[in-house]
Order: sequence, then C-alpha cells, then structure tokens
Amino acid sequence: MMDLSLLPDGGLGWLDASGPKSQIVLSTRIRLARNLSGHTFSQRSTDEERLAVLDRVLEAAAASERLKRNVSFRLDALERGDRQLLHERHLVSKELAGLDQDSRPRPGAALVAQSPVGVMVNEEDHLRLQGMWSGFALDEAYAQLESVDADLGRLLPFAFHPEFGYLTSCPTNAGTGLRASVLIHLPGLVLTKEIGKVLQGLAQVGLTFRGLYGEGSEVVGNFFQLSNQTTLGKTEGELLDHLGKIVRQVIEYEGQARQMLLRTAPDEVADKTWRAYGLLRHARRLTFEEAMNLLSGVRLGVGLDLIPGLSVYTLNKLLIYTQPAHLAALEGRTGGDPELPTVRATYVRRLLESESP
Amino acid sequence: MLCDHCKERDAVINLTQVEHDSKVTLHLCEQCAAEKGVETGATALKSPLGGFIMAMGKTAGSLLPATVDGTPCPSCGGTLKDFRETGKLGCAECYAAFEVHLRDLLRRLHGSSQHVGERYQQPGGEEADPARRLLELRHQLRQAVEAENFELAAELRDRIRVLE
Repeated sequence: MMDLSLLPDGGLGWLDASGPKSQIVLSTRIRLARNLSGHTFSQRSTDEERLAVLDRVLEAAAASERLKRNVSFRLDALERGDRQLLHERHLVSKELAGLDQDSRPRPGAALVAQSPVGVMVNEEDHLRLQGMWSGFALDEAYAQLESVDADLGRLLPFAFHPEFGYLTSCPTNAGTGLRASVLIHLPGLVLTKEIGKVLQGLAQVGLTFRGLYGEGSEVVGNFFQLSNQTTLGKTEGELLDHLGKIVRQVIEYEGQARQMLLRTAPDEVADKTWRAYGLLRHARRLTFEEAMNLLSGVRLGVGLDLIPGLSVYTLNKLLIYTQPAHLAALEGRTGGDPELPTVRATYVRRLLESESP
Repeated sequence: MLCDHCKERDAVINLTQVEHDSKVTLHLCEQCAAEKGVETGATALKSPLGGFIMAMGKTAGSLLPATVDGTPCPSCGGTLKDFRETGKLGCAECYAAFEVHLRDLLRRLHGSSQHVGERYQQPGGEEADPARRLLELRHQLRQAVEAENFELAAELRDRIRVLE
C-alpha cells in the first residue's frame, strides 16, 4: 500500500471549497504538455528510454525551486487499487495508471508531485504538468503552474518549434500545450432542459465538455468539465480569458435556471432535494452512480439555501471518498467487493450524521 | 475597401453603432472586429474541427489524405502512415520531417499553425545556467558509462567536479 500521507494534503487541497464560486464550480484544473527534445515520445519509446526520461525529470525536479520537496510514485510498481486511488483523486490519468482493460502502466510511468502541482511522467507526452485548485480560479491556477513550468524549462530542454510552439505527441495539443478545465455543477440547466442549448453553444465558441474524469468519461451527477478545444494560435492568456468569459456566462445561466425553478416549482424542487438527502442519510446500499445523482440533488438544495447547515466541503468529500478505490482503501477491501454498496451507504450515513442539518 | 481601423486589411464587416443619437458605421477587417469584441462567425467556425473529429471517435491523423507516403522520420523512423493510424507522432523531429502536412493539419485543427503564446528558449551553454549544465553532464556521463566509453566518462567526470 502506498503512503499518500506523504503528500501534505493528499493532493486534495481543492476539496476545501475555499475558492471563488465553489458552490457551483468544484475545481479548476490546468495542464501543460511538454516533451524533452532528443527523446522519442513516450508511446513510441523503449522501456530504457522512458526510464532515462524519468531519471532526467526526477533529477531536474530535485534541482528545481518549485518541486524540490516532491514525492514521486512509480505507477508501474503500484498495485491496481493504489493506481485507481490516484486516478480517483484526479492526480493521474487512466492511461498513465494503466487502468484500461488488459493494460498495465508502462515502465517509467510516474507521478512527481508537490501540491498543488503534479507532473505525470511518460504519459502521452514526457511531461504533463497539472494541478487542481478549488473553485473558479483560472488565473491563480495558471500563475502557479507556469512558475513550475518555467522552473523545469530552465533545467530540461523542452521540444519547441518557432512556428508550432511546444511540440506534443498529438498535434491537437501543440502550441501552448495548455488545457484548462473547470468542473461545474449544472443541475438547474439540466432540470429546465436548457443544457442541450448550452452545450451546443460551447462547441460553436471552440470549447468542449467532458464528464467527471475527463476525456472519454460519462457525465454523472450533472457535473460537467468545460475546457478549451484548441491550443495553438492564441496566447495562454487569450485561451484562459475566453474560457473564463464563457464559464462566467454559464454560471449566470445556471443561476437564472435555478431562480426559475424556485419561482415556478418551489415545492417540487424542495421535495427533490430533501428526498435526495433522505435517501443518502438512510439508504443501506448505494451504487456510485446513485450516490452521485443524489449528491447532485443535495448540492442543489444547499445552493438554494433549502438545506441548511451542510457544508460544501462535506459534499466535495463525499464525491471523492465514495469512489470504489477510496472506499476499498478505507475499509481494507478490494475494488470489486460485492459489499461495496453497503460500505458506501454506511460511509455516507456516518458523514452526514456528523453534520446533520 | 480597406479596414477603417488598421487601414491594412480588407474590410469584411460593417459595424453600425449609435453614438450620441447619430449612426456611425465602421468598416472593419476580421481581426480588428474581433478586437472590438464582435464575433464574426468566421472565427467561431474555425475551431470546432478538433472537437468534431474527437466526437466521431477518430484521430487527428485521419485528417491527412489517404495518399500520404511512407517516407520515415529520420529521427524515430515513424511514418505519416503510422500517424494516420494512431493519431500520435513518434518524436519532436517528426514536426520537421512532415512539416508541410502538419502545418496544414494544425491549421485545420486549431485555425492557425502559428504559435503566439510564450516563447521558450532551451537552456543555453555553461555560463547560462550551471545547474542545468550539471544535469546535462551527469546524463551524458551515465550514457558514456553504459556504453563503456570510459575515456569520455572520465573527462565528463572531471568537468562535473569543476562545476560542483
């Protein structure tokens, strides 16, 4: 079992709901894709070369200002449960953790982390610098990530082309290598059936949306990740401003939808959120998906001041700790345990009891 | 007609504004219009191709013509055919080896192939940054030892000692 306590906040600092607009926007995540010149990209590389890349990154991190107190995890040396735990915390991608069916982490796949920034090594690109911040905090997030990028860029030769910018394994990431995403909760737009229009509009302004776990993941619990689609031809500032502008607009639409629900169907809304609360508080078995959907209802109730005394921090914690690998680790079980729905319901009950409205 | 603002590019948009009860019409090029916050449609439509091909479950490589040849990248040996199939390039040198095709592809994906974000300068010579030079030398030393090139290794070790 790996020791996540080595990371001061377990990589979960963003859960504390301290950031701006954290009731609607759970987190802001930014990543920068970088490669070392002179080495084949990770997916086409040999094990020896990937290990050489990892050595160079570890040496540079140790010599850097911003990552010198890092903790590193070799994914290829971790049990599946531990790898899944890191993935559930959004610290590593599914690909790096080798969680797809019949896949294993590549030799040399690693996470080098010093909160709030982590570097995935030997993912699709040699380095993926990333971090998560509480609430809607694009500028702060980028400022912190950029200083780590500058720090490492002084110690490692990044592959850069005067016309194409930072060179990446997939040309969809070339240029800035920057993908910023905002994890946003939109139950009002879903309930008023306005969400389709909003999502269609996103595509027209060059943004894209995904589910809770990023690329290829389903939307559960009305949580959407909105992010920039293109990475080239605009400055980092322009990409962030554009995403920020649209997210502010979506937040406004969500607010309007919630007010409309309160005006037109106050009893139904109150009933829906209290039912969700009642089920979470008393159910004896919960699947992850059901828990997510109920949490969405409760979160809406908290946002509308219908359910008093429940903190957003608790709701965020429930989102992370009810995932399979977290529950399994908490109770010393394995991920596929048939009793997991019972364990989940018990965990949710205990946490809500301690903060009962 | 030239753009009223930059007086360089062709005007493609007529922007009519009401100021102090009088109508003012500006003739603007796409770029100046965008600077004034006018969405021209052209700019909005340039970008979604990336999202579209992802939604179709295809890779960026599938945007290349099927006739691309199999000349390999001199550095990693990858070909455009490989890229068509996997959507991933083999190494940074591939961008130079397949420059013409990739420039076209990048334009279709991003609406531009010109990076305008942060400029990056690879770490320079010894005087520029001794810490980074040290890392580089240690890396070379390891390679020399692995290749059993002990003469080079000894020389590198001496240079590392001086820097340390």
